[in-house]
Amino acid sequence: MVRTTVVIVGAGHSGLAMSRRLTERSIDHVVLERGEVANSWRRDRWDSLRLLTPNWQSGLPGFDYAGADPDGFMTSPEVADHLGAYARAIDAPVRSGVTVTSVAPAEASAGYRVVTDDGAYDADAVVLANGGSGIANLPPVADGVPSGILSLTAKTYRSPESLADGGVLVVGASASGAQLADEIARAGRDVTLAAGEHVRMPRTYRGRDIFWWMDAVGVLDERFDEIDDIIRARHVPSPQLVGSDDRRTVDIASLRANGVRVVGRVGRIHDGVAQFSGGLANTVRLADLKLDRLLDRFDAWAETGVDGLTEPVRAEPTVVDDAPLLELDLAREKVGTIVWATGYKPDYSWLDVPVLDYKGRLSHEGGVIPKSPGLYVMGTSLLRRRRSTYIGGAAQDSEELAEHLAGYLAGRTAPSAAAIL
Amino acid sequence: MSTTATADNGVNTEALLGARDALREAPEAAQFTWKATSEWIRGTHSRQTIEHFTGLGAGQKHVKAFVLEGDHPEVFASEDNAPTPVETVLAALAGCLTAGVAAVAQNRGIQLKSVKATVEGDHDILGILGGDPEVRNGFNDIRVNFEIDADGSKEDIAALVAQSQKRSAVFDALTNPTNVTVSVS
Repeated sequence: MVRTTVVIVGAGHSGLAMSRRLTERSIDHVVLERGEVANSWRRDRWDSLRLLTPNWQSGLPGFDYAGADPDGFMTSPEVADHLGAYARAIDAPVRSGVTVTSVAPAEASAGYRVVTDDGAYDADAVVLANGGSGIANLPPVADGVPSGILSLTAKTYRSPESLADGGVLVVGASASGAQLADEIARAGRDVTLAAGEHVRMPRTYRGRDIFWWMDAVGVLDERFDEIDDIIRARHVPSPQLVGSDDRRTVDIASLRANGVRVVGRVGRIHDGVAQFSGGLANTVRLADLKLDRLLDRFDAWAETGVDGLTEPVRAEPTVVDDAPLLELDLAREKVGTIVWATGYKPDYSWLDVPVLDYKGRLSHEGGVIPKSPGLYVMGTSLLRRRRSTYIGGAAQDSEELAEHLAGYLAGRTAPSAAAIL
Repeated sequence: MSTTATADNGVNTEALLGARDALREAPEAAQFTWKATSEWIRGTHSRQTIEHFTGLGAGQKHVKAFVLEGDHPEVFASEDNAPTPVETVLAALAGCLTAGVAAVAQNRGIQLKSVKATVEGDHDILGILGGDPEVRNGFNDIRVNFEIDADGSKEDIAALVAQSQKRSAVFDALTNPTNVTVSVS
């Protein structure tokens, strides 16, 4: 049994950023990593994936992007290298190849017992930084997929070569779903995209990257406690964006232009037939209206005087078929693969602390877990602000949470979020 | 978005939002079962009574028993004592979407002056007559048109209508498959 002040679970961007913040405060800690630094970036990503955020927004605390292409988008190996270089630069105390099997309240103290496949740790505080995308979310309708059809998720898909022969049904119109439908269609496959609620965004607007706008206007700084219905906001799909050299926009319109058949949300798969919602027209209408509100906000902000912007040009409203397909007979249409791009959720299967709600979601306030003092979470969707969803959000989140954690250790702060609100 | 602090559409959105938060803490109370009973009268004419339902962990009751009737029109060689059930479905869709428009408008501070909707459902009756095995029994297409007079921009009103569809139970029931079990006791 090893005694340490803080255990950080996971050596991704969040865990490493927190490690640096603790080192700055001379707080003794270890970072436990089941694989190696940036493990999921090395193993759980499709081949062509790049970050949605430009490089200049993907810096870490004390480690700004210093490469030659600040407006570019890192590939997964580049993210892994970036995080690996960071771990070395900050000399993070990472224990690689150590899998956490349990985190539970300590029996004799106010702290936690962290059990791993390489011994146990006793700690006063634990930071869950194992990532927001540990498990691919599969909707219940996935149970109806007939045998003989290959089911992949956005975590197991690698490239069009990894698909079975025949057509492909991509489920979900998030960044992942839109990118995969785009890539698979470009590889010459027949692709049907089942689109539920989604977020439409142009890659660039008025000559600037969409993330430049969201940063400048303050969208990324909207806090979890300022957003109406934060639980819902945390479950909104990622925006339809792709990081590419040509900075192209991927959306329902571009996908249809590339031959993708766009249908409504999957309602059921039964007897080899996939049934789709008849509500597609409203789904795309909602996304168009929401995009218009966002761009109106950008334009209003730009009125305050911003140099070098081009004229506002809005995309046409999204057009879908007048009568989108409602049923797809998978065998008759020779669909060989279904790719589920239906979101992710964090894996807390090893968390033996009663802090999950009835849906298995961690109850936290901006990363502070009031029900279990000394327990923190980082790196999940909209943790403390919109920026938290992206790598660049770890800088501010780690600073604020480390400050709270240090106060907790010193007995200065109550174990509530109030101290950092 | 234009907002009117004094908008009063007669919807208690504070209670609804309060219920949303409370039911998240007690999700079993959110499980409702709606109920209608029906009795054949004669021919294609029947009468449905709606009074009881369950929800919030208990039996619930409308302020009184409501009665609907269904029949077929004279062109179906019936007596036309009441709307055709498919028309009642269209009416239910209009009722659900309209309630949604009012609730969303209230929540967004938009004062409504009038909300009118027309619902049309295209139906190839060869399906129900068994005249063509390739024709479905149900609607082939449903169109809803809203005419809304409100203190809001065109975009505000479009967003109201879009949001009401997003949160409509009847819209969902008509656009998505639902398992239906029919038993005989």
